[in-house]
Amino acid sequence: MTPAVLEVVDLSKAFGGVRAVQNVSFSVRPGELLAMIGPNGAGKTTCFNMLMGQIRPDAGAVRLKGRDIAGLPPHRIWRLGVGRTFQITATFSSMTVRENVQMALISHRHASRKLWRPAAETDSGQADALLDRVGMAEQGDRACSVLAYGDLKRVELAIALANDPDLLLMDEPTAGMAPRERIELMRLADEIVVERNIGVLFTEHDMDVVFAHAHRIMVLNRGELIAEGAPEAVRANEQVREIYLGSSVKTGETGEADAP
Amino acid sequence: MKVKYVLTAGVALGVLSGALASSAPALAADEIKIGDINSYTRLPAHTIPYRRGATLAVEEINKAGGVLGKKLVLVSRDDQGKPGEAVKVAEQLRSRDKVALISGSLFSHIGLALASWAKQRKALYLAAEPLADALVWAKGNNYTFRLRPSTYMQAAMLAAEAAKRKGAKRWATIAPNYAYGKDAVAAFQKVLKKLRPDVTFVGSQWPGLFKIDAGAEVQALAALKPDAIYNVTFGSDLAKFVREGRTRGLFKGKLIVGLLTGEPEYIDPLKGEAPVGWLVTGYPWQDIDTPEHKKFLVAYQARWNDYPRIGSIVGYNTMLAIQAMLKKAGSTDTDKMVAAMKGLSFDAPTGPITFRAVDHQSTMGAYVGWTVLKDGKGTMERWQYLDGAKYLPSVEETRKLRKQ
Amino acid sequence: MGEFVVTLLTGLSSAAALFLVASGLSIIFGVTRIVNFAHGSFYMLGAYIGVSAVHAVGGGAIGFWIAILIAAAAVGLIGVAMEVLLLRRIYRAPELFQLIATFGVILVIQDITLWIWGSEDLVGPRAPGFTGAVTILGQRLPEYDLVLIAVSPLVLAGLWLLFNRTRWGTLVRAATLDRQMVSALGVNQRWLFTGVLFLGSALAGLGGAIQLPKGGADLLMDFNIIAAAFVVVVVGGMGSIGGAFLAAMLIGLLQTFGIQIFPNSTLILMFLVMAVVLIFRPWGLLGQPEIPGHGVVEAPEAPLRPADRGLRIVGAAVLAVLLLLPVAHLIVPSLVGDFSLVLVIEIMIFVLFAAALHFIMGPGGMVSFGHAAFFGGGAYAAALLVKFAEAPMEIAFWAAPAGAALLAILFGWFCVRLTGVYFAMLTLAFAQIAWSIVFQWGEVTGGDDGILGTWPSDWASSRIAYYYMTVGFVVAGLLALRRILFAPFGYTLRAGRDSPLRAAAIGIDLKRHQWVAFTISGAFAGLAGALFVYSKGSVFPTAMEIARSFDALLMVLLGGVHSLTGPIVGATALTWLNDLFSELSYWRFLLGATIIGLVLLLPNGLVGLGETGFGRRLGAAPDREVPA
Repeated sequence: MTPAVLEVVDLSKAFGGVRAVQNVSFSVRPGELLAMIGPNGAGKTTCFNMLMGQIRPDAGAVRLKGRDIAGLPPHRIWRLGVGRTFQITATFSSMTVRENVQMALISHRHASRKLWRPAAETDSGQADALLDRVGMAEQGDRACSVLAYGDLKRVELAIALANDPDLLLMDEPTAGMAPRERIELMRLADEIVVERNIGVLFTEHDMDVVFAHAHRIMVLNRGELIAEGAPEAVRANEQVREIYLGSSVKTGETGEADAP
Repeated sequence: MKVKYVLTAGVALGVLSGALASSAPALAADEIKIGDINSYTRLPAHTIPYRRGATLAVEEINKAGGVLGKKLVLVSRDDQGKPGEAVKVAEQLRSRDKVALISGSLFSHIGLALASWAKQRKALYLAAEPLADALVWAKGNNYTFRLRPSTYMQAAMLAAEAAKRKGAKRWATIAPNYAYGKDAVAAFQKVLKKLRPDVTFVGSQWPGLFKIDAGAEVQALAALKPDAIYNVTFGSDLAKFVREGRTRGLFKGKLIVGLLTGEPEYIDPLKGEAPVGWLVTGYPWQDIDTPEHKKFLVAYQARWNDYPRIGSIVGYNTMLAIQAMLKKAGSTDTDKMVAAMKGLSFDAPTGPITFRAVDHQSTMGAYVGWTVLKDGKGTMERWQYLDGAKYLPSVEETRKLRKQ
Repeated sequence: MGEFVVTLLTGLSSAAALFLVASGLSIIFGVTRIVNFAHGSFYMLGAYIGVSAVHAVGGGAIGFWIAILIAAAAVGLIGVAMEVLLLRRIYRAPELFQLIATFGVILVIQDITLWIWGSEDLVGPRAPGFTGAVTILGQRLPEYDLVLIAVSPLVLAGLWLLFNRTRWGTLVRAATLDRQMVSALGVNQRWLFTGVLFLGSALAGLGGAIQLPKGGADLLMDFNIIAAAFVVVVVGGMGSIGGAFLAAMLIGLLQTFGIQIFPNSTLILMFLVMAVVLIFRPWGLLGQPEIPGHGVVEAPEAPLRPADRGLRIVGAAVLAVLLLLPVAHLIVPSLVGDFSLVLVIEIMIFVLFAAALHFIMGPGGMVSFGHAAFFGGGAYAAALLVKFAEAPMEIAFWAAPAGAALLAILFGWFCVRLTGVYFAMLTLAFAQIAWSIVFQWGEVTGGDDGILGTWPSDWASSRIAYYYMTVGFVVAGLLALRRILFAPFGYTLRAGRDSPLRAAAIGIDLKRHQWVAFTISGAFAGLAGALFVYSKGSVFPTAMEIARSFDALLMVLLGGVHSLTGPIVGATALTWLNDLFSELSYWRFLLGATIIGLVLLLPNGLVGLGETGFGRRLGAAPDREVPA
């Protein structure tokens, strides 16, 4: 069996007296899509933010390719090979689509402090190739601020791939998108994961998306991991059914914050 | 998008054309222009009387036929209280308005900036009111002259009077926290120590200029337990200091000496709360009954429907000095004017004045006396006019002070 | 013991006026996110109106207090007028643009006050019944101090009741936390803002009026209180009334005791306190972190494009005119006088200064309120070399950008940890500390008397030579800044401004880049300072005072913060307008009114002119695609 790209052991975080995440352990293997689900307030976002360095865990280890990254700042974690997309897209609104991808490439090459050669001439070919991969090649010259939301998600995906990550963290990748766009985006993600052998951890509200695409699913409730396994097994789990109030409820709407 | 650039260009060209238009010279052959720079918006209460005094003198001179057959024209400009602006205005006055010389200014740092400029541009600068000693000593130059008695001179006058009060041995000082305040305290300490080796200075307070925290400063002074206090604060600081000090009983039984406190600019706003029994320098305009001053007083009140302040008499004397200088030089050539300024003597409403050749400081004196309330207003009593010449260092000593 | 107690009480009483002004400022900022620089002017008006009201009502035992309340209410109404006539029209403008409007108001109020009340300081009327002193443990304390000590907690309690026991107050608190939420609740935001402006301004007016028995009214009050008020607001935490109370008391006491222990500390103490608090508690004592996206949602900036033909032609034309101006001066001196060159030199220096500030403010999104520290710091670095080493211009000149850069490295290390208004306030604190050091360290810096004799070397001393030197440095500086903005570094800077979250998620160490940007900006400001000190031949602490920082801020905002040409246009226009009006006696009124007019007409700055209806009629293509 291939070694895990991400190993999380006994991760915990409390805010004041509230235990947002308690002793959560799991791992992600290359080429695997692992979904993290759970009702609002289950601790998904807190968990995510700890993996990415926005929040410092109280206890536990986060090992990326064997190296402990818990407590490192986000920009350091990215350098170790972690790409990320956000629940609400975060792109550079004053730049074109291509420039957004170029930025990530420039940063990847440690060229962000170059003061002389124009950025426009830097890595544009590679940026176009990435945009092509996510189906955004034609929109490279448009300002990011005028894109449709679904397209922005694709741009984010291209940005996240710029440093050739081993691990991709996607927070609600299809939030705010029309059903048809969701299918297309997740199909794209599927392809890329296989192509590049990336491990993916994603959260998602849309159970159709989760059960159609995830290789494995983990379920959080009140900060604790209550189930983990193949989609069929999770679907059959009594505790999970209880939480989701009888059967595979589709929670359709998205975009609500997963507050700790 | 294009329009943006066109507009950018428009603004740029507009400025250039503005610069062009503003540089059209307006030179009349029968005029001698005097470039007057002062802080007219920053400290109008002090500078407007100055301009009125200067304007009155110029009008009188012109009525009497002008100088060298030409009329004097005062070109007055505001320096916004900034030295950089003053230098810019001086350039403008010299190159565009073709003024023969620059005069004026109240703040010391602006006076120093103009002095440095005058030296570089080889232009005559007659500093009217700035008090800094450095202006004619440490940083004095060939092109700069000063009319008003300096910090040192006024402090020395007060120190000489204060030395006569045998009881005052423990001295505390309070002065605004900038060059003028520091100079004024240092000069007073130096002269008093020389005259009275037995006095001690037990402490100094340095409130920020116009930012005094009067209650706290009075508390701090009281804690020093002095039997005499030397005050250099002025303006709104003085008003707050006097009110707080009186309420808290600070001044009781102590000798209080106030630099400039008797000048109408500072004592008049205090109205009925003016300090009483302070030893001060000032300008008791109501009571000076020399014929020269009476003539000035009548003319000033007739022209402006207001009484003169110290600024008024300095402005008036400045223009008289320029008139006398021009007569002596016979020309508006800078070198000739500078030569004429050295040792220039003239008669002013306050008495005869000479510009010392050694340091370019005039011997204009100051009125020293005791504050008193009269008709609900502060003024001075038992005052005397002290001639500045007697309070200036000797020629030898001055040479040392003036390094160049 | 008696001394200690009375000093303590004195400190508490001197904090009263400061608390009132600061709490008003804090309330206005909390709800509207407007940094109201005119707040000091409201304080001044409170004092002047208070004096007049006491005369009108008669200073009897009741009349005095009625007059004080009249003054507060009148100033409140003036605040409402400012909101309705001015601010309301520009809430949608870029962040901090409202600053310029409040600057304009300051200038207008200064001249109106001078015109109505004259130039002489007015001594404040005394409060009937509180003219004497009480004796506490053998020490005298003015009775009115006891009144002032009581006022602050009373006002604090009143505000607490207002904010916690009334519907309006609840809305104000909600708006302070999250404005979008309130508009989502369907609350009429307009009336909320108008009411807040009334309350905040009235508090400033009350502060001005209530201090009358301790002082009076004078024309310098506005600038004298505003810096202190900002310190209190920031130390307490912006938007927090309790914080303002705590900070005012703290600073009042520190000042009072500090004066006794360090009589020289009067200028620096307050700003040291602010710097220390911000370093250890970045959001002030009782403040809360800024919620990202809390304020107005701004229209996104258009992507950066290389200069098109139009801009290149205009640039070349302006450069040609600049280069040919001295030639014209030699051929037709009657038309192009000496002073034209002086004025253009001055404009060019401020263009470079403004461009340096814009570098971090526009693309970097870091608003500095204290950039004069680097302009003046550079000027002083050069002047000190001249003074102590008699260095020739060729050497001392370079000390300016180098010295300014070092200063920026030092200040930047602390400042870049903060964001938004807190960043701005910390830069202000450091600038004031630098200013105080220069102002007080007379033996080295010459203090207020400055450093003289910094004139160019012989080859550059003629007007024309210095003109070309200035034009050369400024044009090279502008091109260099522009080049950096188009390079990966400039893009990274903008990336961090657009989305710090995304920047971190692509491996960018934003703080480090911002620190470098701050240093670059400081170096170019220092270069402008070098040109300044050699054009004036002397340097004084005024080169680094608050007003100088604000000048630069005004230039950038007026020109348009979202355009690279903005600072150039802004600095040119403002320097020129200043020169144009400065010969007139009421120039402040004219300049202020012009600024207000420009703000109302061009809410995107002068370069935004092309995007207005006027510009479109001239056939301008819209600069950015309209979001679907």
